[in-house]
Amino acid sequence: MKKYYVDHVATNPLHPDVLKAMMPYFTEEFGNPLSVYEYGMKAKAAIESAREQVAGLVNAKPAEIIFTASGAEANNFALRGIALARQNEGKHLLVSRMEHHSVLNAARFLEKSGFTVTYLPVDKQGFVAPETVKKMITKETTLISVTHASSEVGTIEPIQEIVAIAKERNISVHTDAVATTGNIPVDMPDLGVDVMSMAAHQFYGPKGAGALVVKQGTRIVPLIYGGIQESGRRAGTENVPAIVGMGKAAELAKAELQERMAYLRPLRDKIIDAMANVERVYLTGDRNNRLPAHASFCAEYIEGEAMLLLLAAKGIFSASGSACSSKALKASPVLLSMGIPSGLAQGSIVFSLGMGNTPEDIDYIAAEFPAVIKRLREISPYSQGWGDKEEGGSCTATK
Amino acid sequence: MYSDKVMDHFTNPRNVGDMADADGVGQEGNPTCGDAMKIYIKVKDDRIVDAKFKTFGCGAAIAVSSMVTEMVKGKTLDEALAISKEAVANELGGLPPQKMHCSMLGSDALKKAIEDYRSRQK
Repeated sequence: MKKYYVDHVATNPLHPDVLKAMMPYFTEEFGNPLSVYEYGMKAKAAIESAREQVAGLVNAKPAEIIFTASGAEANNFALRGIALARQNEGKHLLVSRMEHHSVLNAARFLEKSGFTVTYLPVDKQGFVAPETVKKMITKETTLISVTHASSEVGTIEPIQEIVAIAKERNISVHTDAVATTGNIPVDMPDLGVDVMSMAAHQFYGPKGAGALVVKQGTRIVPLIYGGIQESGRRAGTENVPAIVGMGKAAELAKAELQERMAYLRPLRDKIIDAMANVERVYLTGDRNNRLPAHASFCAEYIEGEAMLLLLAAKGIFSASGSACSSKALKASPVLLSMGIPSGLAQGSIVFSLGMGNTPEDIDYIAAEFPAVIKRLREISPYSQGWGDKEEGGSCTATK
Repeated sequence: MYSDKVMDHFTNPRNVGDMADADGVGQEGNPTCGDAMKIYIKVKDDRIVDAKFKTFGCGAAIAVSSMVTEMVKGKTLDEALAISKEAVANELGGLPPQKMHCSMLGSDALKKAIEDYRSRQK
């Protein structure tokens, strides 16, 4: 059966040129970049070249790139690193409710460690309002963390406006740009943030490679102590092939960005338009100000995991923020924070497109999706409406 | 992630539907949690002669509902009450640990349907 992979927010396949660039560093060029002899020098040169490529993608300086093993590590590093570096100035953070778990759970760790965190509400489209940021700032605030775009609903946040507010008060700003870097233009000086996270596998690079971009002059406490790798800010022998791959992927993304966006946007719009015709299926996130390859919905009266499985049986591989599709058995906090009722949030479905998708793929998905919805609604006791949702007693999902 | 049997009962669920003349109805769970099951039973001479279900939930929840309604047919009410969540899961060839609550939902909804029937007899 033909496979229709439409879960590019989960991960992307490796670009063939990226694999080609990486290969020698698994085999003949296996040196440790810290070694003083030829093997080491070659490995060191390779990661420094990758640093330039990654910096080039986001218009940063090579020295501002700290390679990490993932976007999640970069997010943890940013929150913990800045909060701790500035704790003598204040112990209050602002974190949006749209954040990835790696930001939210890092914030929770800080709360347990004596910091205070205020979670920024979002509106129905998932936007953080800069005025709200302004209201919630205290004299103790040292860091604001707002994602550049949520991989769950695709909404692109007004980072520059938030930065403008923060700068007046000498507050650092972190943005999780994992979903945006390599997918839309991301210019770090233009955004104005102090720290920014990214992950290579979101732009056809390898898994296991990410970066935190730290603006020159920003104080940050390391997450991993040890040797002098990454200027002492991130110890551990470098994953040279992955870093080389991230560099190549960044170079390709920079060169092809406009072309990729121009290809993906119409596909995204095609899927959104098709879903508009399906009864009781609602778009989540903003219609226009969203990631170019991202289409997310909630289908009423049915549950996301069941949808994913039936779609997978038809060769369509997508994602959901429903409680059952998560290992934690909790509905997506991002969807709930947008005011989507918890019952409706269970019907979450995300199609995220990539360069391997074609207009014919979208036709196929648009043709198969309504039948999946119909099938599950036939099984659902709510096909005629939610009725009294509380009937049947309390939640047993946590047992 | 799921056994072949779970996938079979999920993709081809048995006994889906409402039952207008049900002798007992039991509902467990709610959409907020991600799973809600409604089980209908038809009883004759203290024996379950028919069962139907409607379920909002994941693959496991739908498979459990299908299996529970299959298992109870022909059983006496006391035999049906003795069906444990483990028994349902075993019949399905096992469930992932995080999905065991779906199995409990099935046995609980069944218990409620039987209780509903018995309360109607009083």
